[in-house]
Amino acid sequence: MRTMTIVAVAVGLMGGSASAEPVKVGMITTLSGGGAGLGIDVRDGFQLALDQAEGHEVELIVEDDQQKPDVAVQIADEMIQSEDVDILTGIIFSNLAMAVVPSATAQGRFYLSANAGPSQLAGEMCHENYFSVSYQNDNMHEAAGAHANDAGYGRVFIMAPNYPAGQDSLTGFKRFFEGEVAGEVYTQLGQTDYAAEIAQIRASDADAVFFFLPGGMGISFLKQYDQSGVELPLIGPAFSFSQDILPAVGEAALGARNTAQWSPDLDNAANQAFVASFREAYGRTPSLYASQGYDTANLILSALETAHPDDADAFRSAVEAADFESTRGDFAFGPNHHPIQDIYVREVVEADGELTNRIVGVALEDHADAYADQCRM
Amino acid sequence: MSLLLLIEQVLNGVQFGLMLFLMAAGLTLVFGVMGLINLAHGSLYMVGAFACAAVAAATGSFWLGLAAALGAAAAAGALVEVVVIRRLYNRDHLDQVLATFALILMFSEGTRWAFGSFPLYLDVPAVLAGSVTLPGGIVYPEFRLALIGVGLAVAAVLFWLIGRTRIGVRIRAGEADREMIAALGVDIGRLYTVVFALGAALAGLAGALVGTVQSVQVGMGEPVLILAFVVIVIGGIGSIRGALLGSLLVGLTDTLGRVLLPQAFALAMEASAANAVGSALASMSIYILMAAVLVWRPGGLFGAPA
Repeated sequence: MRTMTIVAVAVGLMGGSASAEPVKVGMITTLSGGGAGLGIDVRDGFQLALDQAEGHEVELIVEDDQQKPDVAVQIADEMIQSEDVDILTGIIFSNLAMAVVPSATAQGRFYLSANAGPSQLAGEMCHENYFSVSYQNDNMHEAAGAHANDAGYGRVFIMAPNYPAGQDSLTGFKRFFEGEVAGEVYTQLGQTDYAAEIAQIRASDADAVFFFLPGGMGISFLKQYDQSGVELPLIGPAFSFSQDILPAVGEAALGARNTAQWSPDLDNAANQAFVASFREAYGRTPSLYASQGYDTANLILSALETAHPDDADAFRSAVEAADFESTRGDFAFGPNHHPIQDIYVREVVEADGELTNRIVGVALEDHADAYADQCRM
Repeated sequence: MSLLLLIEQVLNGVQFGLMLFLMAAGLTLVFGVMGLINLAHGSLYMVGAFACAAVAAATGSFWLGLAAALGAAAAAGALVEVVVIRRLYNRDHLDQVLATFALILMFSEGTRWAFGSFPLYLDVPAVLAGSVTLPGGIVYPEFRLALIGVGLAVAAVLFWLIGRTRIGVRIRAGEADREMIAALGVDIGRLYTVVFALGAALAGLAGALVGTVQSVQVGMGEPVLILAFVVIVIGGIGSIRGALLGSLLVGLTDTLGRVLLPQAFALAMEASAANAVGSALASMSIYILMAAVLVWRPGGLFGAPA
C-alpha cells in the first residue's frame, strides 16, 4: 500500500499532466418535474463526452435539484463540503444558478454553466471562476428581436415566465426589436394553463407572438395556442421549440422560427459526429441542452490536459483558452467568461419522420453579451 | 379591457376551477370519510394522463384513451387502498403523510421507468379540435367548452350520488360515525375501497382531460395537488359543495388575478414594473384568498365549525 502511495505521489510530481489525481465534477441539474427533459439532456450530453474521451480522471456526481433553489443550495453545500468537488456544473434554471453560483465561486470552486446564464452573473456579479459555456441569457432573445425586424413584424406580443431568465428574455428581445410591443406579459414559472394569456393575445392587434417558455410550459402553451384558433406567427428562443418538447407538441409547432447558437444540422465535423453518436447512444435526436452538456464536458477535458483545478490560475487560463472541438464550430470566451458566438435562425420542420429544427439563416454574427463592460474581474 | 375579454377570462377561470373540482372532490371525500390525508392523489391524476396518452397513441382513439384513464386510475386507486392505505386509517396524520409521500415517489419512478422522462404526446380528438364563436362574438376552443360541460356533469352526478343514493347515505354516515355504521352491518372496508376508487377515477379523468391541453409528464400531479388542497381547505374538508365552490373561487381568482392585477398596477406605475409586481402578486392571490377565508371561517366555507 505504501509503495502505491509513493508511486502515486511520484507520478503526481513528475507530470505537469493532470491525470494523477481524479477530478470531481458535481452536476446539479433538474431531473424531475416539468424541466426534467432539459436536465436529462445536459446530463446525457455531458456523459457522452466523458464516455468518448479516453484516459481521463473525471469522476462525475449527478444530483437532482427538483427545480427548487433550496434543494440546489443544499446539494451544492454537500458537494463542496462532503464530496470536495473541484468543478460544479449543470444548473438549468437561472433562479437556481443565482442561489448557488455566487457562494460556490466564493468558496474557490469553478462553476461552468451548461445552461443558465443570468445577466447578473455576466455583469456586476461576474467572477473569475465562473464561466458560461452555453450563452448569456439575453443572447437568443436578442437574436429573436433582430429576426422579428428582418421578418417585418411591426407589433409583437411578448411573454415569458416571471423569474431571472424570463426578465432577461424580454429585456433582450426589446434591446434589438425596433417595432412596437403590442403587449407584455409575465407568466408564473411552471404555469400550465395559458387560456388567459391567449385571450390577451387574441385581443391585442399584434403581427406576431414572441414567447419564452422552456420545457413543459412550452408544450402546454403550444397545444393550447393551436386549439385557440389564433393564427399569428410564433417566434421564440430555441428553448420554446427544443428537441425535448417537439415530439409532445406535434404538428402545432411546424413552421415556427426560433433562435439558437446550435442546431442538429449545423455543418461542422464535431457536430455531425456528436449528433450521430448521441442518436446511437440514447436513441433520440439531441437537443440544444445536450449539445451544451457535451461542449461543457469537452471544455473541461481539454483544460484538464494542461492543468488540474487545484492549480486554480493555470486551470482558469486553460478554460479561457477554450481549446476544444465545439459542436458550434468556432468557440471563444469574451472578457466576462461568456461566449462570443453566432446565433442562428432555425425553423421547425418534419424530417425523416420526426419533428426537428433546421437552420434557415444567421440572426447575429459573433454576438457578445450586453453586460461585459459591467464586469470587473 | 373590453367586456367580451372579461367574459372570456371568466369562462377560462370557470373551466380551470371545474378541472380542479374533479381533483378536489376525490380528495375531500377521502379526507372527510376516512380521515386520511392522501398526498398520492396527484399520482393518480398522472396515472390517468399517462394511461390516456399511451392508449390513445396505440389505438389512435382519444375516447378509448379516456376510458383507459378512468379504468387505470380507479384500479390503481383500489390497489393502493387495499395494499397500503387500509393500514393507515387508525394511524396519525404524520404516518399517512409519510406513507402517501412514499407512494408519490414510487408512482413517479415507476412511470419514469415505464414511459421515460420525456413528455408524451396527447392531442384533442378531431371532433373537438376547433373553436366556436359564442353569442357576442367570443371565439372559444371547443375542447375547453367540453371541459366545462364535463365538470358540471360530474358535479351533478356527485351531488345526486351523495345526496340521493344508498351508497351516498353510507358515505355520509361513514363521515359522521364510522363505528356506528360498521355496527349496523355495513361492510366499512368495502365502502372505503369504493370511495377511494371513485376519488381515484375522478383524479384520473381530470389528468386525462387536462393532460390533453397541457403536457403529459412525470411529476405533473404535484402542482395540481397543492391547488386541490387549497380548494378543500377553502371549501371545508369533507364537503362536496364546498369543494365545488372552492374550486370555482380558486379558478376565478387565479385566472382573473393574472389578467387584472398587472393592468391595475399599470394605472399607478410604469408598465414593465407594474407587470412584474402584478404577476408576482397574482401568483400569491389564491393563498391570500385562502388566508382570508380561514380568518373569516376557520373551518372553511362549508366545513364543520372548528
